Amino acid sequence: MDREQFLRIQSRRKFFRECAGGIGTVALAQLLAGEGRAADTGEQNPLAPRKPHFAPKAKNIIFMFMEGGPSQIDLFDPKPELRKWHGKPLPAEMTKDLRLAFTKPNAAVLASPRTFQPYGQSGIEFSDYIPHIGSCADDLCLVRSMFTDAFNHHPGQLLLFGGSIQVGRPTMGAWVLYGLGSESQNLPGFVVLSSGVGTSGGSSNWSSGFLPSTYQGVVLRSAGDPVLYLSNPAGITREMQRAGLDTLKDLNEEHYAQTGDMEIAARISSYELAFRMQMAGPELLDFSKESPETLAMYGVNEDPTRQFATNCLLARRMVERGVRFVMLNHASWDDHTDLNRKLKKNCDIADKPTAALIKDLKQRGMLKDTLVVWAGEFGRTPMVEIRNPRDADNGGRDHHPLAYSLFLAGGGIKGGTVVGKTDELCMNVTEDKVHVHDLQATILHCLGLEHTRLTFHHMGRDFRLTDVAGSVVNKMLA
Amino acid sequence: MLRTGLLALTFCGLAAAQLPPAAKTKIDFARDIEPLLAKRCLLCHGPQQQMSGFRLDQKDAALKGGASGADILPGKSADSRLIRLVSGLEKKVMPPMGARLTTDEIGLLRAWIDQGVDWSAAKTPHWSFQKIQHPSVPTVRDRAWTRNAIDNFILARLEREAVAPSPEAAKLTLLRRVSLDLTGLPPTPDEVRAYLNDNRPDAYERLVDRLLDSPHYGEKWTRYWLDLARYADSDGYEKDRSRPWAWRYRHWVIDALNRDMPFDEFTTEQLAGDLLPNRNLDTLVATGFNRNTLTNREGGTDPEQFRDEQVLDRAATLGTVWMGLTVGCAQCHNHKFDPISQKEFYQLTAFFNTQEEVNIQAPLPGELGPYLAAKPEYDGKRRALLAEYKIPEALADYESKLREAALHPGNHADWDFAYGEFTHTVDNARKVLFLDPARRSEVQQTAVLDVFLGSCGNLYPKEHCDELKVRDVRAKLNELNAKLPQVSYAPVLLENDTPPKSYIHEKGDWREHGTEVQPGTLAILPPLPAADQAPRLALARWLTSPEHPLTSRVAVNRLWQEIFGRGLVYTSDDFGTQGDRPTHPELLDWLATEFMQRGWSMKQMVRLMVTSATYRQSSHARPELQEKDPGNTLLARQSRLRLPAELIRDEVLYAAGLLDLRIGGRSVKPPQPKGVAELSYAGSVKWDESTGPDRYRRGLYIHFQRTVPYPQLMNFDAPAASLACTRRERTDTPLQALNLMNDPVFFEAAQALAFRILRESTGAFRDRLNYAYAVTLGREPSAREAERMGKYFDDASRDLQAHPQTVAALFPNQLEGVSQAEAAVWVELSRVLLNLDEFITKD
Repeated sequence: MDREQFLRIQSRRKFFRECAGGIGTVALAQLLAGEGRAADTGEQNPLAPRKPHFAPKAKNIIFMFMEGGPSQIDLFDPKPELRKWHGKPLPAEMTKDLRLAFTKPNAAVLASPRTFQPYGQSGIEFSDYIPHIGSCADDLCLVRSMFTDAFNHHPGQLLLFGGSIQVGRPTMGAWVLYGLGSESQNLPGFVVLSSGVGTSGGSSNWSSGFLPSTYQGVVLRSAGDPVLYLSNPAGITREMQRAGLDTLKDLNEEHYAQTGDMEIAARISSYELAFRMQMAGPELLDFSKESPETLAMYGVNEDPTRQFATNCLLARRMVERGVRFVMLNHASWDDHTDLNRKLKKNCDIADKPTAALIKDLKQRGMLKDTLVVWAGEFGRTPMVEIRNPRDADNGGRDHHPLAYSLFLAGGGIKGGTVVGKTDELCMNVTEDKVHVHDLQATILHCLGLEHTRLTFHHMGRDFRLTDVAGSVVNKMLA
Repeated sequence: MLRTGLLALTFCGLAAAQLPPAAKTKIDFARDIEPLLAKRCLLCHGPQQQMSGFRLDQKDAALKGGASGADILPGKSADSRLIRLVSGLEKKVMPPMGARLTTDEIGLLRAWIDQGVDWSAAKTPHWSFQKIQHPSVPTVRDRAWTRNAIDNFILARLEREAVAPSPEAAKLTLLRRVSLDLTGLPPTPDEVRAYLNDNRPDAYERLVDRLLDSPHYGEKWTRYWLDLARYADSDGYEKDRSRPWAWRYRHWVIDALNRDMPFDEFTTEQLAGDLLPNRNLDTLVATGFNRNTLTNREGGTDPEQFRDEQVLDRAATLGTVWMGLTVGCAQCHNHKFDPISQKEFYQLTAFFNTQEEVNIQAPLPGELGPYLAAKPEYDGKRRALLAEYKIPEALADYESKLREAALHPGNHADWDFAYGEFTHTVDNARKVLFLDPARRSEVQQTAVLDVFLGSCGNLYPKEHCDELKVRDVRAKLNELNAKLPQVSYAPVLLENDTPPKSYIHEKGDWREHGTEVQPGTLAILPPLPAADQAPRLALARWLTSPEHPLTSRVAVNRLWQEIFGRGLVYTSDDFGTQGDRPTHPELLDWLATEFMQRGWSMKQMVRLMVTSATYRQSSHARPELQEKDPGNTLLARQSRLRLPAELIRDEVLYAAGLLDLRIGGRSVKPPQPKGVAELSYAGSVKWDESTGPDRYRRGLYIHFQRTVPYPQLMNFDAPAASLACTRRERTDTPLQALNLMNDPVFFEAAQALAFRILRESTGAFRDRLNYAYAVTLGREPSAREAERMGKYFDDASRDLQAHPQTVAALFPNQLEGVSQAEAAVWVELSRVLLNLDEFITKD
């Protein structure tokens, strides 16, 4: 879509209004009354729900972004062979083309001290750090053959969410919202939740890039107003806000009667939606109607899961309320040092709530309509990183773009499967290589979007999330 | 998505008529068909690839058809497979990605086929590469309507289309419109009164001249240039370090625009201010234009990769900003549509590849004297301090280890790490490291010492750093530094004395060096004069040479866009074959010529535009034109445009009497909710709220932190400042409504506005309301508006009687002669006024 279509939509909108009863406040009233039928008036509102390219498997997506690069070797991809190499450098021919962020290719191998065990009917192996995720094995598609082009955080995150290592592209959530619109009448269509520390990419991970800013992610904050400026200023009650909005609406309509500019009508409806968001926000955050079992399952009221669990439960509640794209960040898994301790800390935070989210979605019959993705921007090296030789026992792992793991579940995804293999040392993918662009194409596919057709004309060409690459990975699909 | 709605419409049309009708006009292949094929078909059926064996860039091949036989049957468009494919009548649809062809486009293709598939090569190159003409001003029937030549061009077209222009806007509307356009500030009640009472025939022109002379003109017009310059106050990647001196460049732009620096000089100073024979501090600061590229200091990155990214961005930005060309598309391969080869792109990068980033001492007026007076004593004490703690020896050891790590990485993990840290902290680190310390600049010496003192423990055992008493040295140095009078710095670009060579990057990959290239431009454009001047200076002068077909067109088009809301070429970023053609090509060329003939004076061009009858038209909608001209390209009326983010802030604070009107200077950090900056990488960004008048500075001066920008700017469509932005979107979202209603900054303004109304106006409700309207909208309320506001006043008063406990929160102040409850009601009324669509819109 491009500007011409926007313009035609606008003239269509005007056409709609005039058919509905002529110019003036009467038409406005009708137009606004029609708001509840967003699906019927799709041309009016850039956020109205839109038909996908083909029948989708999933309607919504929860992208759990594990920032920093969780160690696949210690969580998802057991490599017993590493024990033979432990403490020794790898042969030079294996590492000659390797470019790493901090360690040199001649660093010694670090075998994982983790134990792995098979879970479920499918028997997929997971590490002892993530038993809860393991218990969802039969619903998960574990991809062990991911690779990416970037070996640093910010470029890696830009590639994962924007399809390019350059800043300025629209991100996955913005593309999805642009492609599908929002089902929610009173919450934003693309919401961002965060726990831990801030991410390298910051807002560039949920930016609308050169798409209209209507499509950018809205940060739902854990402290203060959940959405910026959602609460009335001190002293303004709900009734006062409503009375003020009624006055504003009448005065705006006066001006509309003089100028005939439909943008005024659009602004009036934006203020109405804002008011509905003010009402819906507190309801979204109110867990009082959740059962004690549910709260316990996520770990909402206990440490160290409290914040992450809250975000997971919020993600479910948002999807229930029609939010199209929930981005759930947790930072940081960037364990260059002290890997065993730091990784355990993050797993203790994320393991139980992640599993609870999947199980909860499933028990409510929502998992089939919801795509869940759990991923970092890259993985970690089989070699040890020692920043300080005087403290060599607390080694970590460096960034590893050539082979890493992630998992998906829910709408369109084949549960209980493993896609791809890496070599014995987890240096490279040996089977079913999946590039980040392929992952993106597959995610869009589950949502009923053909990645080559979801385009926006800008600076002389049609841009898309998958840049000029990407193919759907059929092995991941149900 | 939106497209599906549109498709539904298209399909309805097709169901009725099967095929869109052929256009009735005589087809000109070069004008009507070739650009369409280039834009929508040639990516897959062109020189690079021929999907299904079909090729559409040559007549013979096109008529032969592809794998399914002939796709084009001359004279029989309805039977031609090409038409059936683009119309969605076959199983497959063409093009398979992007928007579908419109019925008009299909109509043109049909007419072309029906008229015999003419394939006359374009006799002339693409319009924007042709020499700028100086067309004669067209004659019009209604000569009385026109005020200057612009109007003849606009009216001639309107008369051809049998559309009458709109009447002139009301005097007040026009006053507010032109005040906002020229200074970004609405007229004050006094200015309104003065203007309404000025009955001289040239009152409007006098007003325009006054506004052009206002120092706020420079502020208003700087913003649009900063969008192009991708100006920001931070690095952009990861830790997103602040750039405390970035504002020096912004200040230079404000000053240049206020002085009406001719656009050719404006261009030369920014691109090559360091190479000018009369180079001075100002021309050096101007080169800050290209310091606005992003910097990646993320640990583990290769500094060369991101230096290279910066160089490429500088070349791409040159293309976008001055030539309206998407030269960056040729990074990986020849441009698919425009005559720009990959080699030519890298020739452009070669102009910038030999520059290096330097932060120079750039004292502001009054700084230098005290600094120089104190410096000798400071230097002596500093040397003594460092010597006392044996720092020079320790530093030498540190540096030798870093040099060793740079030359032979992989031997000491901790040395490698420390070297990596060094390269991401010190500018041009490797070069500095290998430079004889005696030859290092003061900035470089300080930078090296700072890294050592700041991170000693990363390279040495803790005991060693303790022994050196690094902590004490740092404290004493800070103490010493605090006593030295400060001089300001400026980020600039200078020629590197050891310039790297420039190469084509194979497939755009910076590691894959292809052929070496020399600085050069595009073959399609006039040659670069072979004069004895530095290449980059020659480039800057070449851009504004009279023969250059693009620069003047691109520049006036943006001035037009800033004033009329859309350029004569809508795609102000793309004057190539993929961009839109000008809606009024003769007018564009006339303006481009005028611009050069008037000595590249931007103020004169702006004056010409805002004094035209075209500009002075009413913006009221014309229902009869909604179908014919939904985008208002004919300009049969003005456009109503929501104000940009910064001006909304300015206007609110101005009406409230809070706005700080000082011009230029440092960036400020107005209050923002907690939790915004905290979303930065590991919370590394600190937002230290400004105090005093700095809280109320214009939006232009808000510190732009790229990874966590100020929310109000982003809610109202400010660009992300990562790439040159030639055109902002204007969206309308509920987040904007929440922002304007509930942001404490704006609520404080509503309180201040109430205070102002009550203090500066007296009497009955209606008198006060009149004043409230005067300071916000510059007009009186209509009877209906007054009645509605009266009702609101009564309702709100009653409501407050029921909730007296909220009064103090609404209006915490005391004002003599006014009850606090009444004042609180005025806060509520003020809040409504500041949220009116009319208030945040240029009518």
